[in-house]
Amino acid sequence: MLLQIEDVSKTYPGARPVLQGVSLSLAAGETLALTGESGSGKSTLLHLAGALDTFDSGEILLAGTALSGLDDSGRAALRRSRVALVFQQFNLIPSLTVGQNLSFHARLAGRHDPHWVAELTGRLGLSELTARYPEQLSGGQQQRVAIGRALAARPDLLLADEPTGNLDETASAAVMDLMLGLVRDSGTALFLVTHSQQIAGRLDAHAHLRGGRIA
Amino acid sequence: MIAAALQALVSHWRRHPLQLATLLAGLALATALWSAVQAVNAEARASYARAAAQIGRGALDALEAPGGPIPLARYVELRRAGWQLSPVLEGRARLGEVRVTVLGLEPLSHPSLPAFQSAMQDDPETLSQMLARGGLLLAAPELAERLSALPGLPAIRASDAVPPGMVMTDIGLAARLLARPGQIDRLLILPDQPIGLTALKQLAPELQRRAARAGADTAQLTDSFHLNLTAFGLLSFAVGLFIVHGTVGLAFEQRRAMVRTLRALGLPLRALTLLMLGELLLLALIGGLIGLVLGYLVAAALLPDVAATLRGLYGAPVEGGLSLRPSWVLGGLAMALTGTLAASTQALWRMVRMPLLAAPGLQAWAARAARGDRRMALAGVGLILGGIAALPLFGGLIGGFALIAGLMLGAALLLPPALGLLLQLGRRSARGPVGEWLWADMRAQLPGIGLALMALLLALAANIGVGTMVSSFRLTFVGWLDQRLVSELYITARDDAQGAEIARWLAPRSDAVLPLRSAEFTVEGVPVSVYGVIDHPTYRENWPLLQTTPGAWDRVNAGAAVFINEQLARRADLWPGATAQLAPGWALPIAGVYSDYGNPTGQALVALPALLEHTSALPNRRFGIRVAPDAVPGLIHDLRAEFDLPASALIDQAGLKAQSLAVFDKTFVVTGALNLLTLGVAGFAILTSLLTLWSLRLPQLAPVWALGMTRGELARLELARSVMLAAFTALLALPLGLLLAWVLLAVINVQAFGWRLPMYLFPADWLRLFLLALVAAGLAAAIPARRLYRLPPSELLKVFANAR
Repeated sequence: MLLQIEDVSKTYPGARPVLQGVSLSLAAGETLALTGESGSGKSTLLHLAGALDTFDSGEILLAGTALSGLDDSGRAALRRSRVALVFQQFNLIPSLTVGQNLSFHARLAGRHDPHWVAELTGRLGLSELTARYPEQLSGGQQQRVAIGRALAARPDLLLADEPTGNLDETASAAVMDLMLGLVRDSGTALFLVTHSQQIAGRLDAHAHLRGGRIA
Repeated sequence: MIAAALQALVSHWRRHPLQLATLLAGLALATALWSAVQAVNAEARASYARAAAQIGRGALDALEAPGGPIPLARYVELRRAGWQLSPVLEGRARLGEVRVTVLGLEPLSHPSLPAFQSAMQDDPETLSQMLARGGLLLAAPELAERLSALPGLPAIRASDAVPPGMVMTDIGLAARLLARPGQIDRLLILPDQPIGLTALKQLAPELQRRAARAGADTAQLTDSFHLNLTAFGLLSFAVGLFIVHGTVGLAFEQRRAMVRTLRALGLPLRALTLLMLGELLLLALIGGLIGLVLGYLVAAALLPDVAATLRGLYGAPVEGGLSLRPSWVLGGLAMALTGTLAASTQALWRMVRMPLLAAPGLQAWAARAARGDRRMALAGVGLILGGIAALPLFGGLIGGFALIAGLMLGAALLLPPALGLLLQLGRRSARGPVGEWLWADMRAQLPGIGLALMALLLALAANIGVGTMVSSFRLTFVGWLDQRLVSELYITARDDAQGAEIARWLAPRSDAVLPLRSAEFTVEGVPVSVYGVIDHPTYRENWPLLQTTPGAWDRVNAGAAVFINEQLARRADLWPGATAQLAPGWALPIAGVYSDYGNPTGQALVALPALLEHTSALPNRRFGIRVAPDAVPGLIHDLRAEFDLPASALIDQAGLKAQSLAVFDKTFVVTGALNLLTLGVAGFAILTSLLTLWSLRLPQLAPVWALGMTRGELARLELARSVMLAAFTALLALPLGLLLAWVLLAVINVQAFGWRLPMYLFPADWLRLFLLALVAAGLAAAIPARRLYRLPPSELLKVFANAR
């Protein structure tokens, strides 16, 4: 298994438990949709799987590495080398151009392949926009840059948190088509958090979170 | 409606207490340093005015002799002609180890003075005691206490109505203390004169009538010193306002959404503008009041040194105590209000003109700032050109300071585009994604931190400029002291008789005895001390001549020419080849001009016999002794044993140089303190910029962290970013500082003090300042960097959950 989440719990200080004994698994190249109500802990679980935050109990294994045993540097190294992230708010780096954003993660991970980046840029329809800055793009264009940045690093696992949540229906469909096509072509596993049952239905597997537990 | 809108506006400050604290701190610091300088100046000027009132100076017209003292016989003639006059004799004297100004008056004819009045009230016998043999000295309590411990002085009475550093007494006793028997410095023309008197011009054509000018002498003499302080105060104020401008700009930017909402809900733009203006003025008032309290404390700390400097350098009667004066209190508040409005106008104007439906955001702010940069660069060039044009246009000190203001503010406005260019170059040379991001991010941050960097640029340039000026001055001064203080030993005798005795005694025991004798004259309206020297190689070999003519020393020693100091040359525009009218019937060609640093007044050097010809009763109490250096301690011992001289009457060359340097260093203590304070304010400006930008930084840092960088790495990069920006600013401050130093040395010093100094470079000082700037920037960035390092991941993750 590429990702194994075993009996993971998480509580933020001063708040009720967000996750209570959650277990999930995801094979290499597989796609998994996680749905749930607002506040059910979807994003938290995604963040834990991406080594962005620490959990209180249980274990998460990513490509055989136990996340509980990693310190800050170890988690950062894992994010660099194995995982890529796509967020609802795009979260591009505003001071870099589209071209620089696209290659940033790959270069940080030491796996920059200009041909692959060029291919991605073309397939995402961004070839004419590489010299622009994120603020000069529409929401759909920005999300395509975020997907390109994530896949340019050839990660084992792509984590996407409501990637179309800020887009209209047409842009949303276009972005999802592109992302799923690229993920399948590159053999990258996808762990996607969404509210949309329709989008969830397009993925290989589907899990639903309710009150911090897998329903 | 208004109450609801006000509540919404105020809620911003409740949510951003640090921003509020920063704004108030900026205002308080700006007001504090400005008010401190104004308080010091006001106190000094009040002291001059009080002293002038206490001694009645400038209250009446007076007669003066251009060539020195007025002979007693002339006074008697005028009195016999019916003129109601009162004689005054004034001079500096050393009583024991205390240097004082002795003011001799004729108590019976002199208009009533507060000191005399209060002394008479305390003791009706005062007048008779003052006029009786033995006499009476009136002095301020502190001085009276010090003098009362000295043997051989007349009775001393303390009086609050006598200025500090002065003793007031009968003219007869003053003449004895000053060793100037039968001399009068000026004759006060009393208000009530008999009718039908022969005109003074006919009776005494050689005397000049000087109009009443209360307190003008000291004030005029010290004007340049106070102007320097004011310039520093203004610089500190400007640096403080950079903080205000930055914080207000950010606060307004962050409230754009709220302002849109309020307007969308129906609040009229006019009411909103007035509310925000009122809010700003209230904050300015609070910050200004805090600043006044701080300013009072800073002024109280600075005043003793300023008073010592003014007393030491100009003999100005300044007390060390500080009082709350309406002039600087109201002036400080007015500056705080005006400064806040000036610093906020742009932000307020932008808010007023903001379209109701435009999208807010950091990038919009940055883009607008970039457009503003171009306008600022143009304004910067305009200010620099304006400053350059002001020098020939206004001339003098005003022109000099206008040039400095133009250069400094113009350069500050040019800083963001210059840094932008540097960062662009750096970006091109960057290797690797982190390097590329670092350079790009620094450029993107520039609008937010630009103002703080401008403040740093001004503070660093002021430090380099003033530091270079002071160090150049010190180096020149030390070299000049080596030339001027050649004698191995300096002696001050008790009186002329003892002086003559000592000279005779020393003749066989030393290589040379050089009398130090001088008299006061007026040349081209400038008061001048004329020194008479004997013909000795000591002078020929060492005198620091800046300009000379062939055979100059031969002509001076023959009594056929005069050397003048640089101050006199510049003030009276007298240079070698011209003729100086030293006194009626005594004009000498100028054979050379010599440097005379640290002396605020004019000076001339003539042959001693020539001086004796034109003066009477010239004191002969001070001597420079040429002797083998190793013989000095023995000679001091023998002299003290032979003549019962106090330790203070004998001083060796090293001691005198140390004393002179101590006075010099004391003079620049205040400058150094203000320099350091300005740099501190600039460091604070960086800190406040970084802290206020903190909430805007996280959305930019969180994605990079999510992509695989640790918080520690990001914190180190944040630190490096600030240090690099400070380093670039410091590098750009160097040429500006050197330009400032040149203006101070070549323009301001010449105008203010009358001497032009050579400029020396001090790379070690620059390096120290450069490192200090890096440390200041590093310390300022350390707080937000540490906060980032310790930030829980959950806080960073909020960035991905919330809309920016």
